[in-house]
Amino acid sequence: MSAILPPSQRLWWKQPIAGQEWAWIGIAFVWAMIMFVMMVYWHINGKQNLSNEVYRTTTEMYTAKTDAFVKENTIRTETELNIPVVRPNAKNEAYLLARLWSWYPILELEAGKTYKIHLSSVDYNHGFSLQPVNINIQVIPGYEHVVKMTPTKAGTYAIVCNEYCGIGHHTMLGRIYVK
Amino acid sequence: MATTYRTCPRTGLQFDLAAEKLMRWNAVAGVLWLLVGGITALLVILTRWPAIKLLPADQFYLILTAHGIDMLILWIIFFEMAVLYFASSTLLRCRIATPALAWVQFWLMVVGGIMTNVAIFQGGSSVMFTSYVPMQAAPHFYLGIILFAVGALIGCGVFFGTLVVAKREKTYTGSIPLVTFGAMTAAIIAVFTIASGAAILIPTFAWSMGWIKEIDAQLYRMVWWALGHSSQQINVSAHVAIWYLVAAVAFGAKPLSEKVSRFAFLLYILFLQLASAHHLLSDPGMSAEWKVLNTSYFMYFAVLASMIHGFTVPGAIEAAQRRKGFTNGLFEWLRKAPWGNPVFSGMFISLVGFGFIGGISGVVLGTEQINMLMHNTFYVPGHFHATVVVGTTLAFMSVTYLLVPTLFKREMIFPKLCQIQPYLYGISMIVLSLVMMGAGTLGVSRRHWDMAFSGAPFQYEWPGAAYLMMGLTGIFGVIAVVGGGLWILLVVGSLLFGKKLDGGATSDKPTPIPDQTAAAAASATGSEEHTNVPGTVVLAITLLVCFVLYYFVNWKYLSEVWGLS
Repeated sequence: MSAILPPSQRLWWKQPIAGQEWAWIGIAFVWAMIMFVMMVYWHINGKQNLSNEVYRTTTEMYTAKTDAFVKENTIRTETELNIPVVRPNAKNEAYLLARLWSWYPILELEAGKTYKIHLSSVDYNHGFSLQPVNINIQVIPGYEHVVKMTPTKAGTYAIVCNEYCGIGHHTMLGRIYVK
Repeated sequence: MATTYRTCPRTGLQFDLAAEKLMRWNAVAGVLWLLVGGITALLVILTRWPAIKLLPADQFYLILTAHGIDMLILWIIFFEMAVLYFASSTLLRCRIATPALAWVQFWLMVVGGIMTNVAIFQGGSSVMFTSYVPMQAAPHFYLGIILFAVGALIGCGVFFGTLVVAKREKTYTGSIPLVTFGAMTAAIIAVFTIASGAAILIPTFAWSMGWIKEIDAQLYRMVWWALGHSSQQINVSAHVAIWYLVAAVAFGAKPLSEKVSRFAFLLYILFLQLASAHHLLSDPGMSAEWKVLNTSYFMYFAVLASMIHGFTVPGAIEAAQRRKGFTNGLFEWLRKAPWGNPVFSGMFISLVGFGFIGGISGVVLGTEQINMLMHNTFYVPGHFHATVVVGTTLAFMSVTYLLVPTLFKREMIFPKLCQIQPYLYGISMIVLSLVMMGAGTLGVSRRHWDMAFSGAPFQYEWPGAAYLMMGLTGIFGVIAVVGGGLWILLVVGSLLFGKKLDGGATSDKPTPIPDQTAAAAASATGSEEHTNVPGTVVLAITLLVCFVLYYFVNWKYLSEVWGLS
């Protein structure tokens, strides 16, 4: 029972370390550095990095911006709830608003084009989970996050809310069309 | 007040009777919370199993909140208090400092735990373990956690005080044992964790009372996770200490090098606190530089520490076994290990499961950009069931098979069932973690009541494989609950009905280590004398290969999603 007793060599820190242990520590250290550099490398050469463009906002400000965007750019409405389907504006910007319990509005994008998608919540935390692509971004009230997205393939995509937001959480499903 | 010591005739361990009583009560309180956590686990599993979907939405979220709090906080921290008292007063063979204050620790944690659970079961506090603002719980939900944390802080204080007592009364010579050093690491991280918890939960409590108007939602997440994630690092330090303990008790294993193992614990103290970033990688409020530096625990130094322990723990066992003559081939030492002893089998499954499943998935999940593939998906609970359950809970379970005879002076009942239990629980939990991660990789959300989105304005159909994974989650989850329930039955049954064992002689002075015990036989030890451990090298290289492959596979996945900048 030695790990539960004081070390017998009182100067344990002067004991040599065996070669095999040194080798493993060296390998593990190199691997740690590779993983660290990989994140930095991806910022330089990778095509999937989360944007750092963020602004403070409020419920009123963000609701007003989204409403103005929807009013100007709606092309049709869908479902019996008349949810607007909206194309990004001339500057390829679009607003997406998360609230209890919907994603508003429906966006219609084009594959290969790069858009600035504004994301924010007007009440609780929500989770932007684009399926089946599987991109997941936290949406936090008070913060307007501007994410540049480039859809790769045409199709109908779902936005699942994956941050628990109360009893209607499972009904919070949004939609993005890519043409 | 006179201190009375008892020396266990079977292990040579010495217990201060006041400390012993505290260890017992804390451990028993932990087991009772595990029972509540286990029942809620079953209800959660049966609801997320798409073919069953047992509970309605409101009850599901309530039960899920209780499951998180009762398991991640109440069960584990109560048990850790017992571990801290054991690692200080028992291993250093001294009296416990201020037993009266230690009882304050116990009762504060009991009252706090009950208060928070009352708040949850009253129904107005289904805010999940994380309780992100601005979603609000009842004031006594926060107050209970605050009281519990104050109790835990007092427990850490008693632990540090006991270290001082042992030093001053010279109950040991030289440095504290490695296991105590590991427990000290846990206690230091605990103090940091609890300070962070106070910094966020006290204002949140004030907000719930209406005294403060608003708490910034992003700030809350950052400070809360310095509590939420760092508290899991207490567990890592505690269960690594227990791995060393079990290796020492079951094999007489010596650390390959005291220096290396202690240095690895030191890296935990220095860098593990940064992990709050792991939960903010897909958040808007932090810069990329902040994320990269913090998520990697400052260039992965804490991961390096875990990789070192992952080598030195099995290495110590291999060296001890080889010294006993199990020297054939690479793995005779492992084949001839006492696989029928639940103390060892549980510990070894915990080690392998934590390293291969929990560790690798954790680092991949904590990679800044890759996190976007998994954030808030079912992958996350998959990951932490491999770390906190297979790693910590299973390690605690396995050490209990040792503690029941020595601390509670009872023989374990049904030894055959005791042999099976770590396999039943450990393996089902490993498979559970894997299928949960599988579902998460396919996008399935965590904390979500309905994969069919009933009541939503649109439809989205998950891939068939996702339903398969969730079905398997149900099946293996139920098996794991059975395995955990079996452990509770065995432990509680043994405490009530196990054969009473001789407690050993008592004395009013600390006694030296008695002859003819494992403790005495190994007393002239320190670092292992350069025994080569080729089997451990092969295991470590296997881990590294899995790690590298899985890491780069995920970069490949990431490169295929939409462009993001």
